[in-house]
Amino acid sequence: MIIRGHERILIQGITGRQGSFWAQRMIDYGSRVMGGVNPKKAGQSCCGVPVYANAKEAMDSGGFTASVLFIPPLGCKNAALDAIEAGCKKLVILTEHIPVQDVMYVLAAANEAGARILGPNTAGQVTPGECFAGFMPAFDNEIFRPGRIGVISRSGSLGTLICLNLVQAGYGESAFIGIGGDPVIGTTSLDALQSLDADTGTDAVVLVGEIGGTMEEAAAEYAAGMHKPVVAFIAGQASPPGKKMGHAGAIIMGDKGTYASKRSALEAAGVRVLDTPSEVGDAIAGCLPG
Amino acid sequence: MNFEEHAAKPLLRAEGIPTPKGIVAGSAEEAREAAHKLGPCVVKAQVTAGKRGKAGGIRLAADSNEAYEHAQAIMGMRIGGLLVERLLVEQQVAIEREFYAAVLNDAASKCPRVLFSAVGGMDIEELASQQPEALHSRSVDIRSGLQLDDARNLVAVPGLESLRDPLADILLRLYRVYAGNDAELLEINPLCLAADGRILALDCKFTLDDSAVKRREALAALGTAEPLSEHEAQGQELGLKFIQLEGDIAVLANGAGLTMTTMDVIRHLGGEPANFLEIGGDAYTRATAALKLVLDNPRVKSLVVNFCGAFARTDVMTEGVIKAVQELQPGIPMYFSIHGTGARLAREMLKAQLGLASFATMDAAIRAANAVPGRSAS
Repeated sequence: MIIRGHERILIQGITGRQGSFWAQRMIDYGSRVMGGVNPKKAGQSCCGVPVYANAKEAMDSGGFTASVLFIPPLGCKNAALDAIEAGCKKLVILTEHIPVQDVMYVLAAANEAGARILGPNTAGQVTPGECFAGFMPAFDNEIFRPGRIGVISRSGSLGTLICLNLVQAGYGESAFIGIGGDPVIGTTSLDALQSLDADTGTDAVVLVGEIGGTMEEAAAEYAAGMHKPVVAFIAGQASPPGKKMGHAGAIIMGDKGTYASKRSALEAAGVRVLDTPSEVGDAIAGCLPG
Repeated sequence: MNFEEHAAKPLLRAEGIPTPKGIVAGSAEEAREAAHKLGPCVVKAQVTAGKRGKAGGIRLAADSNEAYEHAQAIMGMRIGGLLVERLLVEQQVAIEREFYAAVLNDAASKCPRVLFSAVGGMDIEELASQQPEALHSRSVDIRSGLQLDDARNLVAVPGLESLRDPLADILLRLYRVYAGNDAELLEINPLCLAADGRILALDCKFTLDDSAVKRREALAALGTAEPLSEHEAQGQELGLKFIQLEGDIAVLANGAGLTMTTMDVIRHLGGEPANFLEIGGDAYTRATAALKLVLDNPRVKSLVVNFCGAFARTDVMTEGVIKAVQELQPGIPMYFSIHGTGARLAREMLKAQLGLASFATMDAAIRAANAVPGRSAS
């Protein structure tokens, strides 16, 4: 699920305020944006690229390998199905507050078609020096520099802070994979960990999780068998149970999704769990061969 | 969004799942009248909390006088922290056997999951830990929905052969209620076989997916809003997620993950956070409203402002905080850590307009906030 610099990217919802703002930044950074979609503005251009009526038309006209959706919550199901039916194999769904049954429908269709979904409710992905897809400050070199540390995060803001701390410690990132803050998401911590494990440009992984769900526990099981070092930070140790902490997926219900469960699963797998994000540089230094 | 039993059961009936005859009562007097019409009945507290029975909120009444007495006792109780203001008075059912049935959004399989157990009445956590073999479940492809064969397999339990078709039929209907109402969770516990052979839902728990409220407005109007403090309600109106906590270090941060982390690090470094408050987006007016919320707390001794901009622009958020500080003149010290999108401009504005510098790291800002005199911890 790593989007590379050679990929041709479609932006669904390119003519909206956020769509056009971030499309322009993606293009400026070097992402190969081939076009956008807005059925009402088909035939026009936006950010210097053509606007198509739908993803199928974009596929027939220029072709694309990844799509980024800047689409309001209730329109996402149809837009994502449009991209999947057009043959797109990588979708980045940024939108928050998509009804969960819509998300499950899209994930089932993607699974059948062999397409991968990043998100929903993600800030997207950055491959420093190559491209980015979403709304991350890829262009800020205090935060993103080409390097060999992979970062996985449920949160955009916290993931950004982790990347900032990595750069301050002298490291750079091979890829930042924002997986999203919703309870049901396409690419899980485990999926992202597997793809960074397989990536030859990645030497170590920082896994940034949150309370809620059992994704970190599943990733821990896999991390136990990895040769590459993994360090982790889990947000929400000081959060009260039973409350949705901003992200729909960040909620402790009964004894499920607790900080303690995630930390002990990760530590049992040999993953160092940080007490504060500022420890990330030292932790990486401590587990990489000098 | 959770629904009280009386608001959830009509959804079942609309798909043909029977429930006992019942009447909602807003007072003990109304409960007496209801019982007069229904005969021997059950008086049930209407709150969206579990374990109502154990708390004494569900009581059998042989006649209307007894129903009145029970209603008087139950009205005004607090169950799971929730005040009982309504009762559901239902006709008693002679129970032959109890079952459990549910459909829920399953994050692990990313699919709807249908559950059935021939052991009903205890809550699902107890059942799953005590008799996991009795809990049948399967995930469903949401595109095609629950199929008859799958429903029949779920209810295939030795000794229940004669009920296989009617129970499978209930599951199919239950699934339709789930799919047709954007349920996050839909549970019948207990589902019962009555002595007269009917299958009835004696209780119903329904949680509407919060993200679907916008397309289910009429339905959502029947749900129970989450009980919020005054400040939490103000935050919700402004589109800000605010949660009051016990500590004295106020928190203003952007993004859910960063806000939780700010709280975590405050505690890790010896302090205690006063609130969760996440702002984001791109309107500085939200920052102004947000700062008002966190400062309206007499316990607060200091404030940590922690911005790390990705989508959210730190210059816009900082502009809002500066305006709010100028307007409110808070009498507490403030410690900023600003990074990410727009950070350079944000730091310049902060220096020029408030004479404050942004700390080099979040930890440094939090250490300073935790060290404010008047705090017992250090």
